Amino acid sequence: MADFKDSQKNPGSNSQKTSGPNAQKNPGSNSQKTPGPSSQKNPGSSETGEVKPEQPEPRRSLKTKFKASKFKKVITSPMGFLGFIIVLIIILLAIFAPLIAPYDPLEINIAHMLEGSSSRFIMGTDNLGRDIFSRIIYGSRIALMVAIPAIIFGVIVGMFLGIISGYSTERVDSFFIVLFDTMRSLPAIIFAITVLAIIGPSMYILPIIMGITRVPIYGRLIRASTLRVKENEYVTASRALGGSSLSIMFKHILPNVIAPLFIQAAMDIPVMITFEAGLSFLGLGVPPPTPSWGHILRTGYLNVRQAPHIVIYGGIALILATLGFTLLGETLRDVFDPKLQRRGNL
Amino acid sequence: MFSYILRRATLIIITVLGAIILLFILFQFMPGDMATILLGPRASESLIEDYRQRMWLDRPVYMQLARFLGNILRGDLGVDVLNYIPVSRLIMNVLPNTIILAVSSIFLACLIGIPLGVFSAANRGSPIDLLTGMLSISMITIPHFLAGLLALLLFAVHLGWLPAMGGGAAGEPLDQLRHLALPAFSLALGWVGYLARLTRATVLEELGEDYVRTARSKGLPEKVVLYKHVLRCSLIPVIAVIGVGFGNLMGGAVLIEIVFHRPGLGYLIYNAIQTRNFPVLQGGLIVTIFLYALANFIADLSYSYIDPRVRGE
Repeated sequence: MADFKDSQKNPGSNSQKTSGPNAQKNPGSNSQKTPGPSSQKNPGSSETGEVKPEQPEPRRSLKTKFKASKFKKVITSPMGFLGFIIVLIIILLAIFAPLIAPYDPLEINIAHMLEGSSSRFIMGTDNLGRDIFSRIIYGSRIALMVAIPAIIFGVIVGMFLGIISGYSTERVDSFFIVLFDTMRSLPAIIFAITVLAIIGPSMYILPIIMGITRVPIYGRLIRASTLRVKENEYVTASRALGGSSLSIMFKHILPNVIAPLFIQAAMDIPVMITFEAGLSFLGLGVPPPTPSWGHILRTGYLNVRQAPHIVIYGGIALILATLGFTLLGETLRDVFDPKLQRRGNL
Repeated sequence: MFSYILRRATLIIITVLGAIILLFILFQFMPGDMATILLGPRASESLIEDYRQRMWLDRPVYMQLARFLGNILRGDLGVDVLNYIPVSRLIMNVLPNTIILAVSSIFLACLIGIPLGVFSAANRGSPIDLLTGMLSISMITIPHFLAGLLALLLFAVHLGWLPAMGGGAAGEPLDQLRHLALPAFSLALGWVGYLARLTRATVLEELGEDYVRTARSKGLPEKVVLYKHVLRCSLIPVIAVIGVGFGNLMGGAVLIEIVFHRPGLGYLIYNAIQTRNFPVLQGGLIVTIFLYALANFIADLSYSYIDPRVRGE
């Protein structure tokens, strides 16, 4: 059973180079089939540390140097640089929002409803006279505050389930495979709107629900790498030395399978930002009046004839954010995943 | 091949069953009493009691589950609590719209995306290639619903070329086509970029193969090599990805249908949530689960047909 499930992943090797940034379109299809060759090839591999533990110092510095040069590579590529700059701007906007935003994003101003751009309101106002520029700046906070916890939740849960699935007996593994497939049998957005409709929108539960939709994808990714890594000699050796399953899983296997997961997670940030915006657009995400980009777009949609500027400015913010994170994520993947870089060069 | 199909089918049936049971559990968590929610606050005590008995709400949960699964097997998805129309009929009315939207989007995406990818690969490294690359990535990063909003703003509100809402009058194909244009375009946009990049990558990979060198050394024109030999081979992974992605298009279709008020499965589900019409919501979700599983099953089969190694025989 397990063999056949693995072989299932081979055809996907074609699609792995495309690990689409918009994974909602192809959720899992790429990622789960990406057997992540980097686990062996990655500079971060701790295999070397296992063999000669008595000389950690020079090795570590070499490793850091290697990693630093890779990050330099990310920054110096034109796509990576552009992505890095956009992401940096968004993060700075999120951190310093109160200093940059000219108005309070919640301040209602009935006298200036649905106004276009002016020297007073750079991007105009919405249906309640709130300054759109300020709302967009504060919106970057919400986008990151929802997307990043969602990714972290998905990564932690997916990692645990995936490593247990890959390391356990075939029966347990089959159970997890069915569980992952079951979790994927509803499109993420439909799953999220259903759960949110039942329990009601909440800023705190939102990242968890969004994170759950990534669990099967991360779980399968880690499972596939674990299946390969657990056959290595050092795992057999530590088992022979009497290491417990728990210590083998988390001390020896985990460091060797985590790299592709991090790359995938980095590439999923724009997916989560879009996801949150979509849910808020439907009125099921971040509860109003919190300034989320999805809300701004919703207001713009509802007033599209009178005030088209709202959709345009809100849309530009969302597009720039997803573009920045996608460019950075893809450059990270290309640099840290040599095999994909060689084959894909997208 | 047959044993492979059987194994996949079994796994998919288990998955669907698991998903439906999960859905049932999810609905158990709904705050409040089901009968009161469904019948509304003004329902009398006796009416609620009668409904509870009729719907087995007074029985143990496992019996409710058995009844639930039994009804689904018989194709009975319950009755709409607002209009007393069978949910299955409601869904059958709108389902073709969603399928038409998904199919036409994929078709449109292939029509634009694949030639774009080949063109890009043929001009590798040129400014045109760079431009197409940037264009593709921009198309991928624009969320579906935002593409829909911007298309609505430009073509329906600003230019007034195409209708902004609805699915078109029944029995008038031309009107329906006009109503389909913007939603299909918005849903296809991301896929155009995606397919362009995928095709470009596979074509570049194929160009390094021996048979290409042979074809070139025979003196075949570059166009023949590219379009007759290379494209045919490089389309295999593209077709496979389309198969997998088709099911996922459903997710995108939900938001697009809402933006354009287009009657479809996604719009039905969203409206059911808004009006708290839970039988319709439940029925819509079950049909989505089935469609999704079916799309994945077909994708699996096409994979195994294209690449026999998958079957693991």
